[in-house]
Amino acid sequence: MSSVLHPPDASALQAGSMLPEPWVVVSRLEENADTFTIELRPAEEGTLRPFAPGQFNMLYAFGTGESAISISGSPENSDTRVHTIRRVGTVTSALDRLAPGDTIGLRGPFGSAWPIEELPGRDLVFVAGGIGLAPLRPAILHALAHRKDYGRIVILAGARSPEDLIFHDELLEWKEEPDVEVKLTVDRAGIDWYHHVGVVTTLIPQADFDPANAVAMVCGPEIMMRFTAVELNKNGLPDSRLFVTLERNMKCAVGICGHCQFGPEFICRDGPVFRYDHIHHWFSQREV
Amino acid sequence: MTTDPPVLLPREQFGSLLEALARRGYRVVGPTVRDGTIVYDDLTKVEDLPIGWKDEQEGGHYRLKRREDEALFGYVVGPESWKKYLHPQRLRLVKAERDTSGHMTFTDGDEEEPVRYAFLGMKSCELNAMMIQDKVFLGSGTADSHYERRRKNIFSIGVSCGEAGGTCFCVSMGTGPEVTDQTPHDLAVTEVIEDTSHYFVLTAGSDEGREVLNELPATPAGPEHVSAAKQRVEHAASTMGRRMDTGGVRELLRENLEHPQWEDVAQRCLTCANCTMVCPTCFCTTVEDVTDLTGDNAERWRSWDSCFTLDFTWMHGGSARQSAKSRYRQWLTHKLSTWHDQFQSSGCVGCGRCITWCPVGIDLTQEVAAIREKDNHPAPTTS
Ligand SMILES: Cc1cc2nc3c(=O)[nH]c(=O)nc-3n(C[C@H](O)[C@H](O)[C@H](O)COP(=O)(O)OP(=O)(O)OC[C@H]3O[C@@H](n4cnc5c(N)ncnc54)[C@H](O)[C@@H]3O)c2cc1C
Ligand code: SF4
Ligand code: SF4
Repeated sequence: MSSVLHPPDASALQAGSMLPEPWVVVSRLEENADTFTIELRPAEEGTLRPFAPGQFNMLYAFGTGESAISISGSPENSDTRVHTIRRVGTVTSALDRLAPGDTIGLRGPFGSAWPIEELPGRDLVFVAGGIGLAPLRPAILHALAHRKDYGRIVILAGARSPEDLIFHDELLEWKEEPDVEVKLTVDRAGIDWYHHVGVVTTLIPQADFDPANAVAMVCGPEIMMRFTAVELNKNGLPDSRLFVTLERNMKCAVGICGHCQFGPEFICRDGPVFRYDHIHHWFSQREV
Repeated sequence: MTTDPPVLLPREQFGSLLEALARRGYRVVGPTVRDGTIVYDDLTKVEDLPIGWKDEQEGGHYRLKRREDEALFGYVVGPESWKKYLHPQRLRLVKAERDTSGHMTFTDGDEEEPVRYAFLGMKSCELNAMMIQDKVFLGSGTADSHYERRRKNIFSIGVSCGEAGGTCFCVSMGTGPEVTDQTPHDLAVTEVIEDTSHYFVLTAGSDEGREVLNELPATPAGPEHVSAAKQRVEHAASTMGRRMDTGGVRELLRENLEHPQWEDVAQRCLTCANCTMVCPTCFCTTVEDVTDLTGDNAERWRSWDSCFTLDFTWMHGGSARQSAKSRYRQWLTHKLSTWHDQFQSSGCVGCGRCITWCPVGIDLTQEVAAIREKDNHPAPTTS
């Protein structure tokens, strides 16, 4: 087991072009009122590139624009790409109008990955806020498909309300797997909610993992990741075994448009997955 | 590496250089006077150059003045930089087409046939700026094909400065005033004007430069010419209008993200983005998507953008950098600190444009000095 953990080298995984390639929508699933999952297959041969959990694609809605969207499907020999998208503005609304059979443009995959394949024997702690579960899902699916390789698996997922939770049924299925702990929480809920109420950080002290051996992967709003880091530290997990994914406006995804800079990092190229201690200096500042 | 022996070209023969370049199929572009500033544009004859002009520059101030001599390169730098040729302000990236079945095809939208430009009159800071943009667009894994296509055709003629401007500090940044072998170029020129003589001392910096020199009516330069040229450069070095203490500036800014000076400069900064537009190393861009009336032909255009706008970091829910303080801080820390992390060099060549063209005369050399004066972390630890 390597003692120093890094996200896998991003540049080695990267495709360079600014030209999208056509992909066709195979299926579509509504996750909740504003979030949907689409499965895509390449319209042309030779454009299916391997990806690693945590990476993202640039999805192009014809004539409207591009958005960075994480890959949310399984990395295990799949010939489609799955994306889970929340409708928040112009491009994501255009993507929301897609139906099976429609074509979109796709560039990618881009960026760094969760270090999931470097973690044999480790306890894995996944902490997700809202749509943050989407970029974690490929890593979770990988871990479940290689269950023997890992120690305990803890999945902590939070959302504003029960209706906002994504992958709800799947979360309950994962819960049934041996040695997998799934805890759900929402900020507010009705009486039919039989899980936790409160912010996701309150689940951490109850979770069963060995802090001396665990690695945490966290994705959600920045404020949630900040508090999660503090709580994990309190429970004995150091920043060097904590990975987060950051989000910034992105135009090119290949490190030249300048938009996604975060201190010295280009989030599209050096991230989006970072080891927490590597970015801590900048993450502790406001408005970086 | 041995340096080529310098040659001497009298002022009356300077036109032969333009002719030699044109014969080789180059389109010669360089400094010329337009609307009271020196801009870069096509040069067909020596008279197109800013003969007898100099530029008076100060914080927020630029004015052309007559010189007492007829120097061709007696100015410093104008508001434009050569990046406009290599990294165009607006460029079509992608053409997309959708047929009746809904299938899409994407083609490279950059159909412009790259021009073979000869850049005549690149100051040493500008050659350094081009080298820095080379690292941005051609280094680190992904090459930008648009930049690459334009860049590989360039014939560069550097000109050493004989006089510095009021906002210059290339000596502090180690980027001038002399065009040296540290900075790749095809030809290097120093202009000398003495009582009765006006001539140029030229050296080749590449094989093609050597070929061009051989086609000129030049003679070997004597030691007196070489030393006169040297004196010109030394004069420029000793008349820098500004200076910056760059010692540890990378750590200084990194460790002072909460320094009160950022609030101070934010009181003055209009976040107008002028500094980023004139800077020869700034490279950020945005994209715009458009469709025709049928809706089946779309284009994606790339254009210069600036970290001083609110839009730059816009995400669902608001901009990451709301305050002027955070945007100025981003710009300056990027130039002088994080640029080193990203591209193994400073992002500033000391050309002074951002000082001159700032409407309120904000001066990065003063901002750095003010931060240094109250360094909150005098013994920075680099992790
Ligand atoms: C690495 C990465 C992975 C992402 N993964 C997902 C995902 O799996 N699912 C998902 O729903 N969203 C994801 N996002 C966020 C998604 O990219 C934005 O929600 C989307 O770009 C918004 O575009 P819009 O045109 O709909 O919104 P508008 O508000 O109309 O956006 C206007 C412009 O602002 C920029 N922008 C706005 N919000 C964001 C944002 N949050 N992040 C980056 N740029 C933004 C875009 O450039 C966009 O073109 C991810 C972002 C990044 C950087
Ligand atoms: S930051 Fe200012 S002085 Fe430095 S290269 Fe850019 S414009 Fe010139
Ligand atoms: S520093 Fe000056 S030029 Fe730059 S954005 Fe502020 S006011 Fe404009």
